[in-house]
Amino acid sequence: MVEIVIVTIVKLLIYFGIMLLFVAYGTLAERKVAGHIQDRLGPYHCGPHGILQPLADGIKLFFKEDIVASASDKFVYFLAPALAVVPPVLVLAVIPIGDSITIGGKTIPLAVADVNIALLYFLGVTSLTVYAIMLGGWAGNSKYPLLGGLRSAAQFISYELILGLSIIGVVMLVGSFNLIDIVRYQKDMWLVIKQPVAFITYMIAAIAELNRAPFDLPEAESELVGGYHTEYSSMKFALFFLGEYANMVVSSAIATALFLGGWYAPVHWLSFIPGPIWFLIKTFALFFFMLWIRWTYPRLRYDQLMGMCWRFLMPVTLLNILGTGLFVILKNGGL
Amino acid sequence: MYQSISPYIPVLILLVLALAFGVVTLMVAWLVRPSKPYDEKLSPYECGINPLMPAKIRVPIRFFVIILLFLLFDVEAVFMYPWAAMYKKLGIWGFVEMFLFIVILLVGYIYAWAKGALEWE
Repeated sequence: MVEIVIVTIVKLLIYFGIMLLFVAYGTLAERKVAGHIQDRLGPYHCGPHGILQPLADGIKLFFKEDIVASASDKFVYFLAPALAVVPPVLVLAVIPIGDSITIGGKTIPLAVADVNIALLYFLGVTSLTVYAIMLGGWAGNSKYPLLGGLRSAAQFISYELILGLSIIGVVMLVGSFNLIDIVRYQKDMWLVIKQPVAFITYMIAAIAELNRAPFDLPEAESELVGGYHTEYSSMKFALFFLGEYANMVVSSAIATALFLGGWYAPVHWLSFIPGPIWFLIKTFALFFFMLWIRWTYPRLRYDQLMGMCWRFLMPVTLLNILGTGLFVILKNGGL
Repeated sequence: MYQSISPYIPVLILLVLALAFGVVTLMVAWLVRPSKPYDEKLSPYECGINPLMPAKIRVPIRFFVIILLFLLFDVEAVFMYPWAAMYKKLGIWGFVEMFLFIVILLVGYIYAWAKGALEWE
């Protein structure tokens, strides 16, 4: 019993460490990718090719003065950034990074919590992010954050719906909410081949939910200054920032498990490389895809954004569900 | 053997870890950072001028409509989850039932669209 608890805690700490490292170097990757897409070099001064930049940024943010606006609600102002990092960390429990490993004759499953409602848990926990955004926007008692927070909340819940509906096609094929079962189902063929529409709608919804360009209306610099975190500075701002990047990592990881075959190698002769490494490579590939989109497309207008969600993606996801249903029936010869 | 503890214990540990991470980081930053406040620095940000009106504005009704639509369609999605997990066992009648369910919802969806609930002027 004690042994199990220790193993669980060690696994959790390792995953938490991997995520923090991923987030720290995600910020560097973002600036490097932005630099090279715009024909610049990006950060270059801290260490070779700017490799120590995240460390320098972290130290800088710790020593910055924290400006708490006199009109703000002090408690909520403190609470919102602390809440912003909670949802992505909670999702870590269900991410199936690998199958299982054997150490000293004991088989240890690599996923922390093998729960049969993993996907529902993911959807439920990520929707809590909206509280951090709304409270953060409201607490500053200032116009820009309030407007940014409102926009962000409306956008978040609209695309939350698309995210949930696009997952249903996968669940219908696999017949389970357990992410480990879903990955095992993809041993021979990745689900992105059977569910291409669901993959595309999932990625659009994930990017829109994270308020990233081209859907970054809540923090559109040209009209709203900085969105819901306009009034935040120093470490509180850093926690919002960290939460956003951690959410990106977590959505990429869930997309990897759902559509890109999780820990399985893309071709059989490459399967000598361990599963967790494949999982991290695929997650990083999707993360890079999000960065690539941000620095390639211009921002949408707010009416276009909501119109795309409610008038285009909504019918498409419903049609995908019906199409998948028909596919399953025809395949089983049920007509 | 590893199933002998509830799978939700790790979730509880993670919740404590996440909250502790946020609070400890803010505490450490509070200990080491400088603090030199004055009135102008602490006024709400409004592009450099003094704030004109109270910040708590009226919320446009559009947002309320979107929340209502979200509630309706989210309940629909909640009905779909157990159906999707059991779909292979339900067979053809499961498909027919969900088809009718979606058609009924589509009527409401088209009504909302025709009434202009999906427009942003």
